[in-house]
Amino acid sequence: MSSITYLEAIRSAQEKVLTEDPRVFLYGQDVGNFGGAFKATKNLAKLFPGRVFDAPLSEDAIIGMAVGAAIEGMRPIVEMQFADFSTCGFNQIVNHAATMFYRTGVPCPIVVRLPSGGTSGGGPFHSQSMEALYAHYPGLVVMTPATVEDAYSMLLDAVAIDDPVIFCEHKFLYYHLKAEGLPTTSLPVGKARVARPGRDATIVTHGAMLHESLAAAIELAADGYELEVVDLRAVKPLDTDTVLASVARTGRLLCVSEEWPWGGVAAEVIARVTTEGFGLLDAPPQRLNAKDTPVPYHPDLWSVHRPTASTVAEAARRLLHI
Amino acid sequence: MTPAEYIKAYRVMLLARVLEEKLASLYRGGLIKGGVFLGRGQEALSVSVGIQLRRGDIFAPLIRDQAGRMAFGDTVLDTLRTYLGSQLGPMRGRDGNIHRGRPREGYYAMISHLGAMIPAVAGGLLARRLRGEAGAVGATCIGDGGTSTGAFHEGLNAAAVEKLPLIVVVANNQYAYSTPNTRQFACADLLDKAAGYGVAGHRADGTSLESCLVTLRRAIRAARDGGGPQLIVADLLRLVGHGEHDDGSYVDPKLKAAAVGKDCVLLAAAEIVSRGWATQAEADGWRTAAEDEVNTTVDRVRREPTPDPEEDDWMAFSRNEFAEQHAGV
Repeated sequence: MSSITYLEAIRSAQEKVLTEDPRVFLYGQDVGNFGGAFKATKNLAKLFPGRVFDAPLSEDAIIGMAVGAAIEGMRPIVEMQFADFSTCGFNQIVNHAATMFYRTGVPCPIVVRLPSGGTSGGGPFHSQSMEALYAHYPGLVVMTPATVEDAYSMLLDAVAIDDPVIFCEHKFLYYHLKAEGLPTTSLPVGKARVARPGRDATIVTHGAMLHESLAAAIELAADGYELEVVDLRAVKPLDTDTVLASVARTGRLLCVSEEWPWGGVAAEVIARVTTEGFGLLDAPPQRLNAKDTPVPYHPDLWSVHRPTASTVAEAARRLLHI
Repeated sequence: MTPAEYIKAYRVMLLARVLEEKLASLYRGGLIKGGVFLGRGQEALSVSVGIQLRRGDIFAPLIRDQAGRMAFGDTVLDTLRTYLGSQLGPMRGRDGNIHRGRPREGYYAMISHLGAMIPAVAGGLLARRLRGEAGAVGATCIGDGGTSTGAFHEGLNAAAVEKLPLIVVVANNQYAYSTPNTRQFACADLLDKAAGYGVAGHRADGTSLESCLVTLRRAIRAARDGGGPQLIVADLLRLVGHGEHDDGSYVDPKLKAAAVGKDCVLLAAAEIVSRGWATQAEADGWRTAAEDEVNTTVDRVRREPTPDPEEDDWMAFSRNEFAEQHAGV
């Protein structure tokens, strides 16, 4: 098989579930004949007539309709054009979909695809990372695939499970991240992965920051430091066991996350490690987040706003010398 | 509309009224868990929705739809189990009172955020269409205040685009909590909104059971026959406070004295007797029967177990393996 991008993996996963599961349909702005703002649904309207169709500019209605369809036993996948716009459908996600099973015993198997995270020039309203916001609410599974393989297999998982899934696919990875083919096996939902083994410190990360962290680990390897990099894959459920096992090996923890610092995934991981693995730590755990401002538009500002391989490497060096 | 249909609807209205009177009394006695929001004055409209839906249709009632709920299949028992906090109720203590529902049976469980049920019912109807199931309709109720929400706009617009068989019933009860219509919308008539969304509009006299039954029948039939969404606006007056904690002292006395302030239950009862469809003694007997059912059920439910925090699994996910496993929970 020729190489496949992260974006093509998402499209392929949707084609597969549409082929195999008559309960699946796709609904969202421009997802029909146009194939989606990023082409994640390219040709799917043609391949699956009547099951892939455009929605009005109404995030609340899009998600609300998905909720109703899920009650009736369907498996809707809805696309928010950008993760940022999901705030306009926030109520239906956190108050309706997320509460459904606990309140009524009826599950709400919707998948909300959020094209997430920053790209150069995206600016304040097309760059946000919203995983922590959704993970805060009980009842939502929040997936953050960082690889082509996970983009594919986790989207299949997202459709298969009965609970609502917030699928945070990273736009920065859409085009340039490639794999040689689609996976046939995958880790279970909620299981983190040691992306690079090491002994000197643990970096816990997810999404596009995995690749910045891996690049930093390579940089430090030249100096003789072996960083272990853990890819969370899903931030909810959060695989605390894999994180603790890694910290037990290394004694040092750096959390790297593209989201804002206050109450984010990094904060949650550090809270869990200090609560349950305090004795494993040889140094205070550290975190590296985006700066606490809206995401700036200009590429020169944006590239400093988010963590990068060099700032991750710098933070890791500081941690190693504490 | 036959006399039998009218009487059947009236008896559901009456049962709802009697049940809600009991709820108010239980609330004052401190026996209700959570808030009590009553539908007094809205029974004719509400029952006309619920009673004309069929098995297989979808109904998403709102806070003042005790009559419509029971007409659609809810029971005095489920109602009291929820209000009195029995673990045996449909929500098992996890959500209360007006939030109860049985979504699998087409009886959706409202959330508090107004307008949110409109796209949900539309989505349920979309699912039916995608599965090739024809003939079902879905109805949801809202008030004058709810028409100001973004969800109302988005949901009705999206349903109109898809030409879904959705019935949106607006009980124009003149107040949203304490806010009068003059502070709620600037259009001359809420029904004007129908044209804006490209949906059919129907007006009913919310104090008249006959008007409500006939109007809802026409609207439901139009939706079932492929006419797309139907917007019904019925003028009436909320004859209680917003909730039982509220005395409604802000309601304009002129509205109370006007035709819109008339009590639909009393009007319907008088119609039945004056048209000779039943004697006053028979009508009195219906009230006694309703009171007996309510009182017997209260006695039963008060003996039922309340939810046990030790037994609740505290799981918001349908799969145990998704539960958060850390020291903080």
